[in-house]
Amino acid sequence: MKKYECDACGWVYDEEKGHPASGVKPGTKFEDIPEDWVCPLCGVGKDGFSEV
Amino acid sequence: MDSSFRAVKISDSVYWVGAIDWGVRSFHGYLTSRGTTYNAFLVIADKVTLIDTVKASFGEEMMARISSVIDPSKIDFIISNHSEMDHTGYLPQAIQAMNPSRVFASPMGQKALGMHFHWDQEIEVVKTGDKIDLGNKTLSFVEARMLHWPDSMLTYLEEEGVLFTNDVFGMHIASSERFADEIDPSVLKYEGAKYYANIILHLSPIVTKFLEKLPSFNLDMKIIAPDHGPVWRRDLNQVVEWYSGWAEQKPTNKAVVVFDSMWESTARMARAVGDGLTENGASVKLMPLGGSHRSDVITELLDAGALLVGSPTINNQIYPTVADVMNYLKGLKPQNLIGATFGSYGWSGEAVKHLDQIMQDMKVDLVQEGLRVKYVPAEEDLATCRDLGARVASKML
Repeated sequence: MKKYECDACGWVYDEEKGHPASGVKPGTKFEDIPEDWVCPLCGVGKDGFSEV
Repeated sequence: MDSSFRAVKISDSVYWVGAIDWGVRSFHGYLTSRGTTYNAFLVIADKVTLIDTVKASFGEEMMARISSVIDPSKIDFIISNHSEMDHTGYLPQAIQAMNPSRVFASPMGQKALGMHFHWDQEIEVVKTGDKIDLGNKTLSFVEARMLHWPDSMLTYLEEEGVLFTNDVFGMHIASSERFADEIDPSVLKYEGAKYYANIILHLSPIVTKFLEKLPSFNLDMKIIAPDHGPVWRRDLNQVVEWYSGWAEQKPTNKAVVVFDSMWESTARMARAVGDGLTENGASVKLMPLGGSHRSDVITELLDAGALLVGSPTINNQIYPTVADVMNYLKGLKPQNLIGATFGSYGWSGEAVKHLDQIMQDMKVDLVQEGLRVKYVPAEEDLATCRDLGARVASKML
């Protein structure tokens, strides 16, 4: 399981935890998150994230 | 240096050393009718510390105010709570003049400052819970990411209970008074709301979470010192409660009717819509865009329950002033609104359809499809407009 950080605001997506509040179940791989999903903290799109 | 600029003491060891911008009227597109202040604060401790600076063009004013208390070269530490240029514009010159031994910012602040100034200045990173020792005083830090930038941070002077909140709890008022309790309360509430609506509104879910977490930081707040407008030394709960309420955006019975017109047809429709709303119990604010600024529209929406938008069609598009406002409103994400659109047109009439789409994207609950009238509204068209107003009013509180 990997982690990805929002380049804009530093919020971290942890694949293990997912993000249920925005409809992403625990264990969801970053590439499997819908393309219209945005950073829950600052609103940047998926292409604004980098693996950490 | 101009000796008329003096520091103002706000607690035992803290002085306001900011600048008053009486003349600014456009703050990146936000109409600042009362001007503003850029607040910087000087902490006189064993390690003398400057918290934030000012917009670059106001640097001399800040330096003069600091000099009224202490030689600026005696400043040991500088803290940057927020990287935006109205607080950091003078930071590079301040560092050069003061030669501080340490400069601090949040993790995202360190990055953002680097991308503003492209410098080799060392910035020490502080995170939530970190403390720095000023000898006889202590500063601690609370990161406030996205309130309102990724770098935003609060600094707390533990011994005196002063919370330096950067833009949070700020407002754009230029005044000779430095404290909130010295300013007309209705002006404070209006300008506080306007600031929230224009700068913070789209971050309301983050505000709510932040306010829920605030007690867990165990801050015994005696003073709230934001970077714009007055410092709060009494009734601190007042401004915190305002934020809590604004973040909630409970709908009211107020309807805001925003419109512009080419040949008075859409304006006549707007007045008829407004009459229908008023006659059915809504409180109505008509905002013709010839005389209403986008930042005033969002301010009115902060405590509204309905948004109605009227635009003529020009070259198959929304009228430019209406498009400008819709673009602005969409980004600020007002919540819990019902609404409707309307407009006059000559032949193709796309504006109202475009408006309906934008309103849906904004999650405004539309009471019906947009109302269009060809060329000039006849009496029966105006009656339909009054019915539209009545329908919206009937669905409001």
